[in-house]
Amino acid sequence: MNEFTCAGEVTVRPKRDPTLRELTSYVYFRRNVAGVQREWWYHRLGCEIWFQAERDTRTNEVLRVEIPESAPREGIAAHEVTETPDMPAV
Amino acid sequence: MRLPPQPGERLDRAQEVTFMFCGKPVRAFQGDTFGSALFAGGQRIFSRSFKYHRPRGLLCCSGACPNCMMTVDGIPNVRVCAEPVRDGANVQPQNVWGSLDRDLLAVTDKFGGPFTPVGFYYRTMIRPRRAWPLYEKFLRNVAGLGRIDKHGARRGRYDVEHRRAEALVVGASEAGIARAKELAGQGRQVVLVDENSDVAPVEGADVVAPGRALGIWEGGLVPVDGGNVLYRYRAETIVVATGSVEQPLAFPGNDLVGIMLPESVRRLVEDWAIRPGKRAVVITADETGRESAQLLRKAGVEICGVYDLRRERIREIVAKGRKGILRSVEIDGRRVACDLLVMSGGRQPAYSLLAQAGARVEYDDSTGVFVPTEIPDGIEAVGSVTGEGIGAAIPAATYNGASGQGKCFVCVCEDVTDKDLKRAISEGFDSIELAKRYTTVTMGPCQGRLCHLPSIRVYARENESDASSIGTTTARPPWGPVTLGVLAGRPHEPAQRTSIHHRHKELGARMMWTGTWRRPYSYGDIEGEVQSVHGAVGVIDVSTLGKLLIVGSEAAEFLERLYPNRFGDMKTGRIRYGVLNTDAGRIMDDGTIARLADDSYYVTTTSTGAGAVVEWFEWWNAVWGMDAQIVDVTGALAAVNVAGPRARDLMQRLTDLDVSNEALSYLDAKHARVAGIPSLILRIGFVGELGYEIHFASPYGEYLWDTILERGADLGIRPFGLEPQRVLRLEKMHILVGQDTDSESNVIDANMPWIVKLDKDDFVGKSALEYAQARGPRELLVGFEMENGRVPPEGGQVVLSQRRPVGRVTSARWSPELRKVIGMAWVPPEIAHDGAQFFVTIDGGFDKAFVRLRPFFDPDGERLRS
Repeated sequence: MNEFTCAGEVTVRPKRDPTLRELTSYVYFRRNVAGVQREWWYHRLGCEIWFQAERDTRTNEVLRVEIPESAPREGIAAHEVTETPDMPAV
Repeated sequence: MRLPPQPGERLDRAQEVTFMFCGKPVRAFQGDTFGSALFAGGQRIFSRSFKYHRPRGLLCCSGACPNCMMTVDGIPNVRVCAEPVRDGANVQPQNVWGSLDRDLLAVTDKFGGPFTPVGFYYRTMIRPRRAWPLYEKFLRNVAGLGRIDKHGARRGRYDVEHRRAEALVVGASEAGIARAKELAGQGRQVVLVDENSDVAPVEGADVVAPGRALGIWEGGLVPVDGGNVLYRYRAETIVVATGSVEQPLAFPGNDLVGIMLPESVRRLVEDWAIRPGKRAVVITADETGRESAQLLRKAGVEICGVYDLRRERIREIVAKGRKGILRSVEIDGRRVACDLLVMSGGRQPAYSLLAQAGARVEYDDSTGVFVPTEIPDGIEAVGSVTGEGIGAAIPAATYNGASGQGKCFVCVCEDVTDKDLKRAISEGFDSIELAKRYTTVTMGPCQGRLCHLPSIRVYARENESDASSIGTTTARPPWGPVTLGVLAGRPHEPAQRTSIHHRHKELGARMMWTGTWRRPYSYGDIEGEVQSVHGAVGVIDVSTLGKLLIVGSEAAEFLERLYPNRFGDMKTGRIRYGVLNTDAGRIMDDGTIARLADDSYYVTTTSTGAGAVVEWFEWWNAVWGMDAQIVDVTGALAAVNVAGPRARDLMQRLTDLDVSNEALSYLDAKHARVAGIPSLILRIGFVGELGYEIHFASPYGEYLWDTILERGADLGIRPFGLEPQRVLRLEKMHILVGQDTDSESNVIDANMPWIVKLDKDDFVGKSALEYAQARGPRELLVGFEMENGRVPPEGGQVVLSQRRPVGRVTSARWSPELRKVIGMAWVPPEIAHDGAQFFVTIDGGFDKAFVRLRPFFDPDGERLRS
């Protein structure tokens, strides 16, 4: 067991009543970029906080680490996600 | 036969050592290796080759090539040329049927050719399909190198150690030692590792020898194989001084016994005072061949010719022998009798570790070898691994397109010849990476040390391109052979125990694993334990359940988003069953949720799911940022479940709380003292009888357990284990997440549509479940009972009359209460109605079963509610 767990790239949860394609691409598909991607990380053997990191998948270099600002319940969600009013990005 | 003492020899001639080889004693000196002692004793054939079973003898004599691999004291694939002698050791040849000198499988060399071309396993022995079991049996017997003891257990102790080094120097070559001293002089903490054991102490540095660096991973991680310890070094600076590896020449007969590389000759003469032959020929593409010739002359070997490929234009070299042993070599048609042929095709930097660390590898025209460039930060390369000091070889002369008299080996590990490579090229495998996979060149035990460069040279020639455009294959760890023991490390199986664990042991429980938890399987009488729950009262330790407190002004809303059911409308002091789903609509976990106050919920999860659920909850709240605190109290609280028709009588004796059916009804939760201990009592139907789950602080575990058993003694109380619990829950058709469901199951197919409130606002998995409902179930989870009394295996096939599998059994047990065999199974929707019949495979036969949709026991839940 490792101190940090990576939970994969940050995805955008579709808004209410997605088409089947929107839903399946959110659930099953990832961009899998060769380059910088934003990921979820969990400090499992530590402070037990979920945070996001920008990591270059080619070099493994971590460019940025931050605890995401909580998304507001109503209106625009934080960080790059605009189309999920009530269920923000995961 | 030894030469007179040599200056600097490694032998201690005063100390004799004896070991067994093929059942006969072999005498050696301290300082010998098994290989040198055998060679001194006259042994020339050390192994039989992988595919053609050709005799092979010492080639590199420095632990790189596969030619001297034998089984030493039961450990296969030991390179005896580098393994120091041990008194009483037992050495056996491997990969032979018969003996080294007369190997029955050597027929594959003569007749196997047409049947075992390159990639033969992809295309021959495929038809007729029915014959494959025969082929397979034969191939399995002859394939592979060495045998391991199938019944062998862990032998010896292995361990892992985490270490740090400011500077880690890999390779105790001259350059490596110099750099280590230099760094130590600068006040750095230096560690020097080398795969050989005889490394002299280096001032200011820790020496780990033998210690084989297996690779370089990110963050300066270098695992070093120290025999029975794996040192995981984290180094700020890694100095790679792995040197260079002598390369063979490619010509027909280049694998005959008696053909050696210069280093082999040097070690035999200088280290072990052995004369490697009587009449020698030297063919060299660099300076080392000339040095060998000098050394051999001094050792009294007759030199019958030295051919320097840099000066002489030789068109054809053919080595000939009898029974695999070198007799002569023909150079452009001139035959020279000899029993030793020293070949040197130049030196190839051993750059693998550097390449793993991210360096680029480029072909250097001036030296005809591949050299590392663009060495990444934090890594240094010193010595000949950089390509420095490697005398120029003429690559064109090292392979001249052998004419076809005998086999010309490019890779001795995997018996790949130049013909095989040519054939692969003609079949279209024109990239070296693809050819590697097709021909297996460079994939043998030497890891490309001796075949990487020759194979690329052959490729370049055949493709009429230069070696630089061919490129190289990817260097992957491990850079040397490593035992499974070292990789496995110390046996380490962490176990979680409840605070009542020792009481279970005292009661004679058989313990079992559930995840990392140790739990009682039963206390020795499964049926009796089941019957006591139905007839009187039983108690089970359920401390392993995951337990979470969700507190905050938005706790209700938080849970409503996570679970498909409603929680906002729940009254304080009530309990609901909930199933957690993923956004894919798959079942993740289940448990009960009790509302303790307006802003406070108590959530239980499955025993093995607790960790994942906590992470899941935390994750979603990292997204939502709701006012809901998640506190994991799994370890802090113990829990027991008291169940049975007399459970209420027992509870009355333990608590002042009014436990009448009116005051504490089914699915009520209340705080109270139980035997004086502050507890949370959940009245739930865990095993289908009237039951109370008592949650309390862990340290009171044994006390409360003892008190319950004592006060319940005259009521007939018995502790029950997990197996009786499974029977009891199956009687009620309570699903077991992970047993009856898998990563594909959703609640609609699992026949629990009542749990999903699709009219609710969004929740995790809602959209997927809406689609699942619209599509209708593809299979359904139903109960069944067997017509006869046989218990089908879990995973048994469900078949209909056409006898094609259409479903599977997930749980099946004999119920002593119902006097029949019951179970759960996934079946096609068309037979998912009460009374429908299907068959289950048991021992190759088909037993009849009937679908049951309602709980087998107390279908209306009267007993739980009473």
